[in-house]
Amino acid sequence: MIKKTAIAAALAAALVPLTQAQAADYAIDSEGQHAFIQFKISHLGFSYILGSFEEFSGNFRYDPENLEDSAASLEVDVASLTSNHAERDKHIKSDDFLATGEYPTATFTSTGFTPSGENAGVLSGELTLHGETNEIEMPVTLLGEGEDPWGNYRAGFEGSTTLVLDDYGIDMSQFPEVMHELELYVTFEGIRQ
Amino acid sequence: MWNNTRRGWGLVSILLHWVGALVIIGLFVLGWWMTGLDYYDRWYNLGPWWHRSLGMLLLLATLVRLGWRFLQPTPEAKGQRLERLTAHLGHLGLYALTLLVLVSGYLISTAEGQGILVFDALEVPALISGLPDQATLAGRVHWYSALALILLSAGHALAALKHHWVDRTDVLSRMIDPRRSRRR
Repeated sequence: MIKKTAIAAALAAALVPLTQAQAADYAIDSEGQHAFIQFKISHLGFSYILGSFEEFSGNFRYDPENLEDSAASLEVDVASLTSNHAERDKHIKSDDFLATGEYPTATFTSTGFTPSGENAGVLSGELTLHGETNEIEMPVTLLGEGEDPWGNYRAGFEGSTTLVLDDYGIDMSQFPEVMHELELYVTFEGIRQ
Repeated sequence: MWNNTRRGWGLVSILLHWVGALVIIGLFVLGWWMTGLDYYDRWYNLGPWWHRSLGMLLLLATLVRLGWRFLQPTPEAKGQRLERLTAHLGHLGLYALTLLVLVSGYLISTAEGQGILVFDALEVPALISGLPDQATLAGRVHWYSALALILLSAGHALAALKHHWVDRTDVLSRMIDPRRSRRR
C-alpha cells in the first residue's frame, strides 16, 4: 500500500513538470458560466445594490513558474448589466450614468503583476469604462487549479477593487458621498488552451 | 344606445374612444414629466407607479375596444374616396401605434422577468424578457411611438374639427352623442 502510494507520488512528481511546461494561456470559461463580474454600490447609505455584467469574455496568462509574466485581458458588454430590476438597469445604462449606447464595451488590459505571497498578488492594468481609461490595481488570489473532470486543466481566481466613478466621467454629484464609488468583484475560471 | 349602427357610434364605443383619448394624453404628459424628475422628488417612484398601472389598464381597454370594433358595425365613412382612404389608414395607424406604445412600455418593465403591478392589486406577468438590452431598446420604441401617436392624434383631432366646421358632416357629433346611432 505504502509502496503503491510512493510510486504514484514519484510518477506524479515526474509528470508535473511536463504538464506545466505547456502553454500557460487560459481562456475564461464564459460559456460554462464559471465567471462573474459583480459590482456593489451603496443605495443612499441605506443598503447596497448588487449587480453584475452577464456578457464578457477574456483570457489570461498564468504560469506558476513565471508569475511576473502573468497577464489578463477582459472585454465586457456593459449593456448586459443587471441588478434584477429592469427600470433601474435601464436608468443605469442611460446617458445619466454608463451611456451604453455610446460606450458599449468596457475593457481591462493588464500591464503588470506583482506577486505578494502565497497564491496572491496585485494585478495592475488599464480599465476603460464610459470611454475613460484609468490605471487600476486589483489584488487577486489564486483559488485553485488542476485537472477538471472533463479533460481540461483549469485555474481560478478572484479579485476586487474600488472604482471612483468620477474617474470614469460618471457624475454622481447629486448622490451622497457613499455612492461616489463602488466595489468591483471579479471571479473566474480559465481553461488552459 | 349601447351598440354601433351604420349611422353612428353606440355608448360603448364612445366611452372607449374618449376615455382612451384622455388616458393616452395623460400618460404622454405624465411619462414626459416623470422621466425628467429629480431622483429625490416625491413623485420619482409614484409617477411611474401611476404610469405603469394606467398603461396596463389602457392595454386591457384597447384590446376590449378592438374586439368591440370587430364585433360591431362601423358607422359609414364620409367624404371623397381619397379622404375616406386617408381616414381609414389614419385610424389604422392610431390603433397600431397605441398597441406599439403599450406593448413596448410593458416590455421595458418586464425586461428582466418581473411582472407589472397594477395599482398594487394585480400583477401582469412578464411574457417576454431577457432579450439583449431589452429595456433600453423597448424604451426607445416606447418614446418614438408615443411621440408619433400624439402627433397622429393631433392630426386626427384637426381632421375631426375640419369635418365638423368646414365640411359640416356629423363625424364628430356621432362620436359624442350615442343617440345619433338610431336617429333617422
